[in-house]
Amino acid sequence: MLDLIKGPILNLQTFFQLTGRALINVFRSPHYIDDIFIQMDIIGFGSLPLIMLTGFFTGAVITLQMSRTLNQYGASGQVGTVVAITLVRELGPVLTALLVAGRNASGMASELGSMKVTEQIDAMRALGTDPVQKLVTPRMIATATMLPALTVISDFLGLVGGWVVATIMLSLTTGQTYWSTAYQALDYSDVAQGLIKPFIFAFVIALVGCHYGLDTTGGTQGVGRATTQAVVVSSVWVIVLTFFIGNCFLSFN
Amino acid sequence: MASVLAFDKVTVRFDDNVVLDRITLDLEEGETCIILGAAGSGKTILLKTALGLIQPDEGRVWLFGQDTSTLEEDDLRELRSRMGILFQEGGLFDSLTIEENVAYPLLNHKSLRCPRDEVLPRVSEALQFVELGHTLAKYPSELSGGMRRRVGIARAIVTQPELLLYDSPTAGLDPITANTIMALIAKERDLRNTTTALATHRYQDGHLLANYRYNAKTERLEAVSAGGDREKLQTRFIVLGDGRIVFEGSQEQLEASTDPYVSKFAKPLSQSE
Repeated sequence: MLDLIKGPILNLQTFFQLTGRALINVFRSPHYIDDIFIQMDIIGFGSLPLIMLTGFFTGAVITLQMSRTLNQYGASGQVGTVVAITLVRELGPVLTALLVAGRNASGMASELGSMKVTEQIDAMRALGTDPVQKLVTPRMIATATMLPALTVISDFLGLVGGWVVATIMLSLTTGQTYWSTAYQALDYSDVAQGLIKPFIFAFVIALVGCHYGLDTTGGTQGVGRATTQAVVVSSVWVIVLTFFIGNCFLSFN
Repeated sequence: MASVLAFDKVTVRFDDNVVLDRITLDLEEGETCIILGAAGSGKTILLKTALGLIQPDEGRVWLFGQDTSTLEEDDLRELRSRMGILFQEGGLFDSLTIEENVAYPLLNHKSLRCPRDEVLPRVSEALQFVELGHTLAKYPSELSGGMRRRVGIARAIVTQPELLLYDSPTAGLDPITANTIMALIAKERDLRNTTTALATHRYQDGHLLANYRYNAKTERLEAVSAGGDREKLQTRFIVLGDGRIVFEGSQEQLEASTDPYVSKFAKPLSQSE
């Protein structure tokens, strides 16, 4: 029985140790600014087409699916409200985080995993560098900066997608009504929730990806295993955390 | 003579597996230590423990007179700047050029304080030493296995370390390339009088370091005579088996050993692989 829980507990312990070291390193020199910008480019700019496409169609699908129900209640003019609240509070941050987890947590795990099995991590330590400072902290900072920005873009394009379906395709409402109801539906706590969530998810995605990468054992097969684990674990944590953060905001309000 | 590296009853475990079992050894300044052993006998772990990359579960490692178990990672990094290592597969950073790879320790070891304008000349000098001066702008993936190993040597020696560790430098290489690599190791040892620890499964590698010296005038390796000259090379052989030292002594003692495992590593060269 003890052996069964020993592995997960040890895994959790190394994860929290890595988290602690990565966070402390934010305030310690040397700062690898170049690496931060490279990662921001990979995570932020690299994910942009994917996020834009998904965000747009998410808003469009919500509008399409809600149109019949709203028509039944004679509330088709409120389509902007529904799309705005659903996207900004919940779907925008979660879907963006899941996409970034799939794209970047896997990338981090495979890159660091390959470095681990080819002794590049050991070489880094032997040649005067802290691998956490050089590899993990830049990825964490870059994800924490880029994920909220990507979420804002995804939310906006989702609203545009909703507007296209609501006004051009289904003529549920006018463009002016759509945008004004969408704007009025949102208050500060919604926007705060929509920005705090991706900020927290960013730490989970980057740290889980790096943790599984640095923990890789067993050659190329181990790299594949680490990559899968990183995506699965970070995605599950995104879903679990969105419930708890949403619950916190609900209690607070 | 001062001790450069000392192990005092060092034990390393991975889960329940004992990979180093009460290892005690002392490497003195200028000495060459050949660590022989089969695959999985603990050679790589021994070198990584010496470097402070793996902390022993029991026992102590003394590096340049300092007990590494009492040192923080930052202090260990300072000590590592006095050492060089060639990893088994080279350990080159595949996203960096050869120039950036060799310059890496100069730019990252804080204690070296290498001025920026000295980096390129030193990198070029180290690459000239391994006869790869023309590869500065190439990436590791563009080089052959033997060339990558030579770049690894250049990166290990660029800081002019006091102690050099080589982890299976000839593994997987053809005999001609393996000889070139060993000649470079001997050249580095004899030109700078560097303390050297070399882990290998090939007896020929140890034989070469124990019996040949680099002559700077002729720029060639020359066989040394038995007795006085050979004594000066201060070569010691260690054989590892299942994480334990099963033999320690001179080349003659190794060749005279009747232990079935040890004698496998000391076959006359004509009989060895």
